[in-house]
Amino acid sequence: MTNSFGEFSKAKMFLVIGSNMTEAHPVAATFLKNAVEKGARLIVIDPRRHKLVDFAELHLPLKVGSDIALINGIMHVLIKEGLYDKAFVSSCCVGFEELKEKVEKYPPEKVAQISGIEAETIRKAARILASVKPVMLCYTLGITEHTCGKNNVMDTANLQMLLGNMGKECGGVNPLRGQNNVQGACDCGALPNVFPGYQAVTDSFARKKFEKSWGVSDLPSENGLMIPQMMDGLVNGKVRGFYIFGENLANTEPDIKKVEHELSSAEFIVCQDIFETETTRFAHVVFPAAAWSENDGTFTNSERRVSRVRTASNPPGYAKPNWWIFKQIAQRMGHHWKSNSAQEIWDNEISMLAPNLGGIKYNRIEKDGLQWPCPDTNHPGTCVLHQDGEFACGLGVFNPVDWTPPAEVPDETYPFVLSTGRRLYHYHTRTQTGRCEGLNELLGEETADISPEDARAMGISFNDFVKVKSRRGEVCIKARITPEVPKGMVWMAFHFREGNANWLTNPAFDPQTLTAEYKACAVALEKV
Amino acid sequence: MITINGRDCIFQPGETILDIATRNRVEIPTICYLKRTTPTGNCGICVVEIEGHSDLSLSCSTLAKTGMIVQTDSPRVVSQRKTVLEQMLSSGNHNCTIGSSGDDAWTQFQMDVESNDDYETLCPAWGECKLQELAYKYQVQGKHTSAPARKIPLELDNPMIIRDTSRCIMCGRCVAACNEVQVNRAIAFGDNGNEKKIIAGKDDSLMTSDCVFCGECVQACPVGALVEKKALNAIRPWETKKIRTTCPYCGVGCQQWLHVKEGKIIKVTGVEDGKPNQGRLCVKGRFGYDFIYSKERLRTPLIRENNELRKATWDEALDLVAEKFTRIIKEDGPHALAGVSCARSINEDSYQMQKLFRSVFKTNNIDHCART
Repeated sequence: MTNSFGEFSKAKMFLVIGSNMTEAHPVAATFLKNAVEKGARLIVIDPRRHKLVDFAELHLPLKVGSDIALINGIMHVLIKEGLYDKAFVSSCCVGFEELKEKVEKYPPEKVAQISGIEAETIRKAARILASVKPVMLCYTLGITEHTCGKNNVMDTANLQMLLGNMGKECGGVNPLRGQNNVQGACDCGALPNVFPGYQAVTDSFARKKFEKSWGVSDLPSENGLMIPQMMDGLVNGKVRGFYIFGENLANTEPDIKKVEHELSSAEFIVCQDIFETETTRFAHVVFPAAAWSENDGTFTNSERRVSRVRTASNPPGYAKPNWWIFKQIAQRMGHHWKSNSAQEIWDNEISMLAPNLGGIKYNRIEKDGLQWPCPDTNHPGTCVLHQDGEFACGLGVFNPVDWTPPAEVPDETYPFVLSTGRRLYHYHTRTQTGRCEGLNELLGEETADISPEDARAMGISFNDFVKVKSRRGEVCIKARITPEVPKGMVWMAFHFREGNANWLTNPAFDPQTLTAEYKACAVALEKV
Repeated sequence: MITINGRDCIFQPGETILDIATRNRVEIPTICYLKRTTPTGNCGICVVEIEGHSDLSLSCSTLAKTGMIVQTDSPRVVSQRKTVLEQMLSSGNHNCTIGSSGDDAWTQFQMDVESNDDYETLCPAWGECKLQELAYKYQVQGKHTSAPARKIPLELDNPMIIRDTSRCIMCGRCVAACNEVQVNRAIAFGDNGNEKKIIAGKDDSLMTSDCVFCGECVQACPVGALVEKKALNAIRPWETKKIRTTCPYCGVGCQQWLHVKEGKIIKVTGVEDGKPNQGRLCVKGRFGYDFIYSKERLRTPLIRENNELRKATWDEALDLVAEKFTRIIKEDGPHALAGVSCARSINEDSYQMQKLFRSVFKTNNIDHCART
């Protein structure tokens, strides 16, 4: 997030796109609802009529995967009607002419055909967005989990720069991160192209710095593989040893049959987890790990805040902290690492190596955490990025993008769109929530959510079993009939092994980020 | 400037007498007042005396005006508070030590309570009850000598929250928590013929209302009317210690208090004023902690042998992995290894794993589910 949760309650207007906040980020949603109750305005762009729509003055139920067309259409109107922030664009941004040329090709009438949103509604949305400043834009995986995910992200930034909403309190582009520490895992370099602190592995200066700190030579200079490439490597033999730490790939990746084929092809898999999972079935060695609240450490939330995690109870049996396990392997391969606690790793390594984290030390985050960038120990942390129109690269660069349809769209054989996501009462594959007393009672099984119109047309009643079938697989589950879902859509989650949406999802990926298109594939629906 | 108990206090326009008193560490008792919500004045316990005003004033909703002279503990104020407390204690099933007079009556009272109750326990909020605390402080006792009969059965049909209207003092904190804080709009003040009560949905149960079991109402309840089912009878507040931590679920990073007894978490609450959640939690943050105590936890390393995973020692398992990885690197180079880190675990773990891959194995084949 460029901005912070603390700004929600003060914001004047929100544009929420591809984010079912009340279920996926419930506490963030409470602050947004508070603001709306106090008079803030809200536009929701989402195919589903989720809970937040009750609070919105305008809901744009666009067709799945038409985000870029719609955003370009809104920008078309902003430019055509002279409603954009000319001062911000001319003083803080570059590439406006290219953007103008691109969105010229997206008049509302044309966008209406792609997105299913009427031209007048698109104009209305643009005018409302231009009438309030700043607007806080929030998105979640509805933006990223597409074959055009990266371009979707670019276009949200294009819109916010055009509106002059960047670098301002209560503005910005705010992706709500799905997992407690996905931000931190990125910050700490669990990515194939960067060291901790986003320092490129291809940069020889960065490599020298890390070589010196780690006491090694010849750090690899080429970007590594991303998860889907690793999975391919298991089948073609390029990846012989695969180390899976705390992920249940067998349930979370698109097309479970394909994933299980890949995992079962592997020569040697090491899993490190707190439970046996569908993925550990393929393991050759399993390491038992300490869980949340069984060791000290830090998480970094969506707003870049590094907060403490503390020990409340001991890990069971012989389970050990993860950092200890990695250290033991290093030692057996001839590397003797000094740090011997999470605090030593953070204070003496991470915060010394990642400039943006340099000022964050355990003794400073005993109570509330600090938000990076926090370059030195006197720095108070940063709530709003790019303040006063100063972007990391100097000026804000418009990246005009074209709309592309999802890799798989409905046809005669598979006439429905399947879109997926998370539900309130469970988390991911239920490794954790499935073992908490009470949560299974609140939600005990997966359902296929369908619209009342489709249910009526197909004679499906609540809790009837239906078969949902894609080119990759089929599941038989109960129907949940809900006005949240538009006609022509089936909506499912991936919390349960039985009826998991990933038996059906399409392993088609964004060409750059290799994020799978979880939000759109084609399925057939029939009453059983 | 206003004067509280003879002390001059400066204030900002819009501040209430309670705000100013709190800031200046003058304690005014409150029950219904819930920070960041609209003051209702329902309970009437926070009264103060303002010079020149004939009636006592509610400090939670009276805005300060220059020149006000306020007494927070005058005899009139104390007497009024005692009356309020006595009414509350007499209004329902408050079967703690502050009950009736005399040992015999007390014993009979407790026995009646137990036989009238749907479950045979004393009040689950004992020791953590605002009403009990104030009754003790002001030395007030309830008027009834026999336990009031339960008019509405205990609500036990959901897995998380027990509602006991017999212990409700109608302060309305739960209603504010549900409607003004979390904005879930599941409970409200309602009418049951001639008696006011808190209703869920269309006066049914939480399970059939819009309740999403965030438990904000439980955290707000000052008495034993709303309690966590999971924590029932597990806590004596003085036996637990509170440990601050960060929620392990979504990317909001809510700050939690873990209430820990003998090395085990028995309850989770939000850290009031903690950033970013200001004390709020959702259903997973509040009730999703006990997976760590599951019997299914992995307790030892496992090694595959004859297509079965068998228990192993750390040395066996670590040696095997180190040897296998060393051999693969020797035969096919470091890029024949790849790893996926965990977006659920702590920063230090992800750092350590990428360090292992980069500096020991010498490959950048390290990723995690960053983009999903």
